[in-house]
Amino acid sequence: MVENQLIFELHQVCFAYPGGRPLLNNLDFHLRAGEKVGVVGSNGSGKTTFLHLLMGLLAHQQGEVKLFGNKVVSRHDFAGFRTRIGLLFQDADDQLFSPTVIEDVAFGPLNQGKSVAEAKALAMRVLARLDIAHLAERVTYQLSGGEKKMVSLATVLAMEPEVLLLDEPTTGLDEATRAKISEVLKGLDLAYVVISHDYDFLADVTGLTYYMHEGRFADDAGQVIHNHFHLHPFGSYPHQHSH
Amino acid sequence: MLKEHFIQGKSLLHRLDPRGKVLVACFFSLVVALTHSPVVAGGGVVFGLLLVLIARLPWRPVGRRLALVNIFNLFLWLILPLTYAGSHHWQWGALVFSYEGAALAALITLKANGIFFCFLALVATSPVVTMAYALQRLGVPAKLVHLLLFTFRYIHVIEQERQRLVSAAVVRGFKPRVDLHTYRTYAYLVGMLLVKSFARSQRVYEAMLCRGFHGRLYCMSEFSLTREDVVAVAIMLLSVIFLGGYEWLKIS
Repeated sequence: MVENQLIFELHQVCFAYPGGRPLLNNLDFHLRAGEKVGVVGSNGSGKTTFLHLLMGLLAHQQGEVKLFGNKVVSRHDFAGFRTRIGLLFQDADDQLFSPTVIEDVAFGPLNQGKSVAEAKALAMRVLARLDIAHLAERVTYQLSGGEKKMVSLATVLAMEPEVLLLDEPTTGLDEATRAKISEVLKGLDLAYVVISHDYDFLADVTGLTYYMHEGRFADDAGQVIHNHFHLHPFGSYPHQHSH
Repeated sequence: MLKEHFIQGKSLLHRLDPRGKVLVACFFSLVVALTHSPVVAGGGVVFGLLLVLIARLPWRPVGRRLALVNIFNLFLWLILPLTYAGSHHWQWGALVFSYEGAALAALITLKANGIFFCFLALVATSPVVTMAYALQRLGVPAKLVHLLLFTFRYIHVIEQERQRLVSAAVVRGFKPRVDLHTYRTYAYLVGMLLVKSFARSQRVYEAMLCRGFHGRLYCMSEFSLTREDVVAVAIMLLSVIFLGGYEWLKIS
């Protein structure tokens, strides 16, 4: 990959759901190889829509979108790029549809044209890297919430994408799983965009945080998250500080 | 929920190649479902029971399912003898019982139980997922196989969603009664479940697109026919041919 290559280039992009108010309004955004950015914003501010637009699950109505330097217009244009971008969905049950974990993780590589043996080996390597190799033969719907999230991450990483899009990866997870995810993310040599309401987590895994407001990133974008006093949720019981 | 009660086991029928099992089960159902002869239907029950014995299935869950199947047959026994026109009958007041109706109810009961035993021993002894891939290998259209696999995967999620909706109603004091409020609430519940399932199916499809799905699911388990498979499947197929042949010989 070329150093500093632009992965995403969005210029004056607009999007509205049919009959709805404009959700994305002249939005500008750039992401370069290796950049790790966070996105915060209130509920319904268009954060998830923004990720789905980058993935071509929704089509932008105005403006210009470039992926890896190529201009894309219709959703069809995205098909060739989708396997280079990994999207982690908010709800793991949407992501895991195969009966067993190993089949789900191998699904992406198989679609990329790998043989069954290659895909299986790759899937096992990724599971081992995330310390969840013991889940391989488990049935997906019987996993706990944290396990489901880790397996979802494995399904995305198994495709060896060049950039990750993560939609609220820590929502509803316990401290241990959250710490594990942030450890995994920090160890990756990939660019990623993380949507989250979890400021501590964002401060830990991203360098820069954008604030989404009224359908675009606020003008003074690139806020640096700062230290603050906070409540200890378990009283005197210690918890890990990520900053 | 969909617990696969019968897939645990080390019997011959658990070991057999699922393709052979599904083939025998379908052929058997065809012969038994189409027969007019009580002897063939009775033979089907014996064949099915033998398979259940060979599979060494736990008797309690088998019994529960057997009762469920025969509740439907009970309705036939209540209705058919009273409504079927026939030459032989006996009368009790205004009620006319026909022997032909009873014979028909008996024939249907035999058929239903025979097919039930056979599917229990041959199909329910493999995991649904394995069965689905076996069907794919046998040339069943991919769309139907996907339908089966996704139904199996998401029926649990939909059931959890239903339970969440029911709890949401119950914690706000909902008690089912015979009134419009109750019916409306149930209608909302079913409607909400449909809408949610539809929305989820779209999200799942999007998730699949994101991982490069282009209309094909790949099967990761390999099937291989052993000598044991060939012999067992051949014996079962011959028995079914014998059953079918018996009726054919009697007609001609």
